[in-house]
Amino acid sequence: MAGAKEIRTKIGSIKNTSKITKAMEMVAASKMRKAQNRMAATRPYAEKMRNVIGHLFHAHPEYKHTFMIEREVKRVGYIIVSSDRGLCGGLNNNLFRKLIKELKVHRDAGVEVDFCAIGNKALGFFGRVGGKIVSQATHLGDAPHIEDLIGTVKVMLDAYTDGTIDEIYIAYNDFVNTMTQKPTIEQLVPIPPKADEELKHHWDYIYEPDSKEVLDNLLGRYIESLVYQAVVENGACEQSARMVAMKSASDNANSLIDELQLIYNKARQAAITQEISEIVGGAAAV
Amino acid sequence: MAMTIHVDIVSAEGEIFTGMAEMVYAPAVMGEVGIAPRHTPLVTQLKPGEVRVETEGGKEMLHFYVSGGILEIQPHVVTVLADTAIRAADLDEAAAQEAKRRAEDAMANRTSEFEYAKAQAELVEAAAQLRAIERIRKGKRG
Repeated sequence: MAGAKEIRTKIGSIKNTSKITKAMEMVAASKMRKAQNRMAATRPYAEKMRNVIGHLFHAHPEYKHTFMIEREVKRVGYIIVSSDRGLCGGLNNNLFRKLIKELKVHRDAGVEVDFCAIGNKALGFFGRVGGKIVSQATHLGDAPHIEDLIGTVKVMLDAYTDGTIDEIYIAYNDFVNTMTQKPTIEQLVPIPPKADEELKHHWDYIYEPDSKEVLDNLLGRYIESLVYQAVVENGACEQSARMVAMKSASDNANSLIDELQLIYNKARQAAITQEISEIVGGAAAV
Repeated sequence: MAMTIHVDIVSAEGEIFTGMAEMVYAPAVMGEVGIAPRHTPLVTQLKPGEVRVETEGGKEMLHFYVSGGILEIQPHVVTVLADTAIRAADLDEAAAQEAKRRAEDAMANRTSEFEYAKAQAELVEAAAQLRAIERIRKGKRG
């Protein structure tokens, strides 16, 4: 009965692993639900803000904020939103792969790139690859707060206002549904012009203190809220990706256990048969 | 029936209040404003303070603390885009400096987390190599 004991310990260890993956799956599932709620909760703010900004632009087409003006691109900034922890399938890697493709296009065009890393994985990855990271925010936790992002985003926006960088993009995972997360790269600044719905009314707000100040304030907040939304969305993606990855890991562990159990039974059976034939042989000899 | 105005108080992290009100008071930068239904359209910044909402029937006065934000008024809708964080130019600047410093630190030292990530990557690579070698050996024997 040679391999039987080894097989038994192996089965034991795989069972333990599957317990862990099963637990992680369930934790991720409950966290995902919370993250999705958080995602829904951030929507009204951004929507309201978009309405006000849209209205302001219609009312003041002559005033152009720096965030609206396109200029020649010599250096671009990327805000990369990633997860802090691993074990979430190909979530981060898919995003980085997509990003690297885009970076190559920039490099070929002779455009330099600055990074802003949100999440440990992005920091680690671009640290290894050797990008220039100008700001970072990590360990945001399951419920990220906008305070933790203000500084990080401001570094980028200041660089834009200074003229150091000419475009800012954001890279994050878009939550389509539990099974699908889409790596997405969007332009943040200059704010891409949208085919806005025509505003029918011809009235204007009263501005306090004045329209420019209000608009400046609004646009900064708007960009922050977009980044915050991306972070929250990426958080939901992380949990759902982890849930799926852990589910398939548990499934694999179970099928492995079944296979090993079969091998173990065969080995056991063979050992018994052998013993019986030995006894029978021995008895015949006597 | 008294006239009412719709109030939305939202922050970047979630909806705080939504409902009808007879009167809304908010701490605008130029002084506190009271908003009655059919107020003229107005956009203003808020300073830290209290937004008070007098609900329908004037029975109740709801208090919400905001640490700044934007107030938008249309004749039948009041929207408060509230900040949850305390905002000030120098505070923001400090946060920005902090974020920059962290990045520089991480770039300069590349210790702890970098090392860890790197070691992890190397480990995965080594494991893959081992697996490949094993497979080749088995193939030769079989």
